[in-house]
Amino acid sequence: MSDNLTLPAQQGSKDTAAETLLKVEGLTKHFPIYGGFPIKRKVGAVQAVDGIDLTVGVGESVGLVGESGCGKSTTGRLITRLMEPTDGKITYKGQDISHASRKQLAPVRSEIQMIFQDPYSSLNPRQTVGTIIKSPMEVNGIKPEGGRENKVRELLELVGLNPEHYNRFPHEFSGGQRQRIGVARALALNPKLIVADEPVSALDVSIQAQVVNLLQKVQDELGIAFLFIAHDLAIVRHFSKRVAVMYLGKIVEVADRDSLYNRPRHPYTHALLSAVPEVAIDDEIEVKERIRLAGDVPSPISPPSGCRFRTRCWKAQDKCASEEPPLIQLSGNLDGHLTACHFPEDPTTEARGEDVVLDPALKALEDSAADEAGATVTKG
Amino acid sequence: MLQFLIRRLIGAVVIMFLIGAFTFFLFYTIPQDFAQLSCGKNCSPENIAVIRENLGLDKPITTQFWEFMSGIVVGRDFAVGHCSAPCLGVSFNSGEFVWDSIVDSFPLTLSLTIGGLIIFLVFGLGTGLLAAWKRGTAVDKAVSGASMVLSSFQIYFLGPIVVGIFVFSTGWMESPKYVPFTEDPAGWFMGLLIPWAVMATIFTAQYTRMARSTMIEQLSEEHVRTARAKGMKQRYVFFRYAWRGSLIPIVTIIGMDLSALLSGAVVTEFTFDLAGLGRLAVESSQGKDIPATMGVMLFGAFFILMLNIIVDIAYAYIDPRVRLS
Amino acid sequence: MTTLTKTEGEKAPTGPEAFLSVRDLRVRFSTEDGIVKAVDGLSFDVERGKTLGIVGESGSGKSVTNLTVLGLHNPKTTTVEGEIILDGKELVTAKEKELEQLRGNKVAMIFQDPLTALSPYYTVGRQIAEPFMKHTGASKKEARQRTIEMLAKVGIPHPQSRVDDYPHQFSGGMRQRAMIAMALVCDPDLLIADEPTTALDVTVQAQILDLLKDLQQEFGSAIIFITHDLGVISDMADDLLVMYSGRAVERGSVREVLRNPQHPYTWGLLSSMPRLGGDTSQALNPIPGSPPSLLNPPTGCPFHPRCAFTDEVTGNRCSGERPPLAAGRASACHLTAEQKQTNFIDKIQPRLR
Repeated sequence: MSDNLTLPAQQGSKDTAAETLLKVEGLTKHFPIYGGFPIKRKVGAVQAVDGIDLTVGVGESVGLVGESGCGKSTTGRLITRLMEPTDGKITYKGQDISHASRKQLAPVRSEIQMIFQDPYSSLNPRQTVGTIIKSPMEVNGIKPEGGRENKVRELLELVGLNPEHYNRFPHEFSGGQRQRIGVARALALNPKLIVADEPVSALDVSIQAQVVNLLQKVQDELGIAFLFIAHDLAIVRHFSKRVAVMYLGKIVEVADRDSLYNRPRHPYTHALLSAVPEVAIDDEIEVKERIRLAGDVPSPISPPSGCRFRTRCWKAQDKCASEEPPLIQLSGNLDGHLTACHFPEDPTTEARGEDVVLDPALKALEDSAADEAGATVTKG
Repeated sequence: MLQFLIRRLIGAVVIMFLIGAFTFFLFYTIPQDFAQLSCGKNCSPENIAVIRENLGLDKPITTQFWEFMSGIVVGRDFAVGHCSAPCLGVSFNSGEFVWDSIVDSFPLTLSLTIGGLIIFLVFGLGTGLLAAWKRGTAVDKAVSGASMVLSSFQIYFLGPIVVGIFVFSTGWMESPKYVPFTEDPAGWFMGLLIPWAVMATIFTAQYTRMARSTMIEQLSEEHVRTARAKGMKQRYVFFRYAWRGSLIPIVTIIGMDLSALLSGAVVTEFTFDLAGLGRLAVESSQGKDIPATMGVMLFGAFFILMLNIIVDIAYAYIDPRVRLS
Repeated sequence: MTTLTKTEGEKAPTGPEAFLSVRDLRVRFSTEDGIVKAVDGLSFDVERGKTLGIVGESGSGKSVTNLTVLGLHNPKTTTVEGEIILDGKELVTAKEKELEQLRGNKVAMIFQDPLTALSPYYTVGRQIAEPFMKHTGASKKEARQRTIEMLAKVGIPHPQSRVDDYPHQFSGGMRQRAMIAMALVCDPDLLIADEPTTALDVTVQAQILDLLKDLQQEFGSAIIFITHDLGVISDMADDLLVMYSGRAVERGSVREVLRNPQHPYTWGLLSSMPRLGGDTSQALNPIPGSPPSLLNPPTGCPFHPRCAFTDEVTGNRCSGERPPLAAGRASACHLTAEQKQTNFIDKIQPRLR
């Protein structure tokens, strides 16, 4: 693969070893649920994020993928401290910010910025674009050289918008342009880390690429570290040098992108990759493995014991229910490639001898189709 | 669901207690001599002393509060006789038990409310549905226009006009009056017909507009489109799917209007010179009749709480998401 | 304004086996801001038992087209011109009663978001049984039996008891399965699936897509599959229609269109998507600009303001003349066949690695 040219493995390990910008240890967020009779009390918790470890190096782009309810967005909000963690530690540049007060956070807030999914609701419709981009500087009392207004115009130009549109309102822009405004706002304070939560998933296909390219340009030219949170595996791969896969509040696998996409070990990573629909653009049919899970993701209120994926896993055994697999480097894996699985898969995504089809309806339909085909063959 | 109901009922009792306590201390801590108020002008000091003892005003305020609250539950004794539960005290002005005054005036308010409610629900929701069904046609425009004009009318404006025409000019009907239903159903009906009609006209217009707009909103819901995509008849989709979804906002508004009407339709009662709960409330507070004012207030609060619970039950009945969560 | 070069209808294919034929369909909405040309001269065919994929971005007219087929548009604000012929029957002029007989029976629909597309007030079982009772005259008991059978078929565990559940008691994937059961309950000849997996997670999407394919084998229904996702369509469809600004810009078999695309818009879509095995050191190739306004669409070819190949067409034809879409495998573009082929091979194909 052409990927080998970029030596991703080395890069990943180098980044984490050299300069760590953000370090997350045992990060946990439980949302309490109240109920009971006659007096309401805490009866449980949505275990949105449950003890994850993650590092982001200076200027590094880290991807976070997973399906809805896996806790990836909550993780983003915890890191930007829009929420306070229930447990665990967030260290930014060596400073513990997990429970920092508003005042203590102030200098850090300007360095960690967030880009949101919905470019329609994340911009105040009553403010002009200039005001939206300028306000973070005002709040944080930052006076750039040449004045704030000048800086706003520079930012607009940087994100590919016309600086003349300074006084326009968000509704005068298209979805893609609004997301550019969101990027400009995030850049206003010269951040060191941007948490981008599904930054392109609300956009049309042809516009997604424009925004991804913009983010990549920002990352390369300004050396900003990114935590790129998305459900689209291909986009995350394109953007992030290192990728973590989340399932029900846990990181199940993390690796440099080449290892994760080509030599995944966790069954869930295999299932995810196999489920991505790909355009068949040429006749060289890549024979990909076919894995079809059964049912939906279980509720994070009462997640399965042990390994949380075991209820949908084809390799699950008793051990998986009793013992939670640690996130470790398996033998044969590169440095920095960690997997949380007792019975890991082979490091390949090529087709298996037999498809893994766990969905009962699919299995029934395919078995009966196969039987019919078999019957006609024997008849013939 | 049962748990929810029990919790709501307990909550209602607590709120009633708090309202009772709040109003009691508010009224009884104002620097006014209630015996003086009760006795009126030209009252001898001996009379005041007697009244003070009769009303128990010579006792400490906590004792008074306890007697007031326990009176509501078990009744209490006054010099004028035993006041059975729920006892809300003795009116300063009339010397009657407050509860008796309420019981006297409530049937009128209830008749006025229920009769008006039935008329404005039938006509209001009916025309609203019709306008939504015929959306954009001349019928819709006529209904919408008429309801716009009518809902800007007021009872004290429309009432005298109707009375003027039907009672004084033509003599077709008698002046509005209240005859208990149990005594003379026909008289009850004829006596209240004009107030009902006037009240209902204004409320009908509001309900027409509300029913029309919620139906139109519901008709654009995706599940309504799905029902049509299944081949269900338009009428079926309209009543089974869209109407079902409109019920929640409609029930909410009915609950709010009902509690306002039941705790006294002041304007209606004054306009037609009827002696109901609203009139009692106004007259008590004007006459500084503290026990009567408090009594009417607590009675009204009770109805508001009960209607809230009924509305919640209705929600659960209408929407399985409420029922099964 | 737009210059039309002959109506597409005359040129479009009229295969005898076409189950649904749409000819020169024009759908316009009147809004406060003006007339929206949601669909502007669209023609296509769907063959029995085959899957037609319609791909396009928001505002391309792909959903509107299919609501119009079943007459589910708002007749008061919408004007529909052209022909929609289903199994020999004209639908544009058909009465509401006749359409009611078709909906849910011969033609069924699956919508994007099963949470909002199912009524929260009735049980899943009732909502599935309703069309079955209406169209087959079955009794309540028979309909319930059939419903349970369908729920089992689409993979709902414990269908005997889940039939009495309400939609909010189902998970997202289960709801979409119930929606599929509802669509297939009368064994329709045509199933219109409008972004049926867009609201689902990727692993659930894979289950649902395979389920649809397998059920199609069993039920023999034709499918119109509407999506914005070329990856999904690549897996699902036999034929493909690419829509842009209310028009079809390219048509052909999935294989032809995805492996040898001929329209600059299709090129743009393909090269702006990252691939799982793609070269991450190369930037993506987005289509510049934004999708056009339907209130005031560009003159000539609607894609010309965003197109990188207009220089190669002589005489400003791109902005002045609307390119026609010929019959069969075709693309609505003024570039010559030769230009299309060389541009694809030289400029586009290398980017798709």
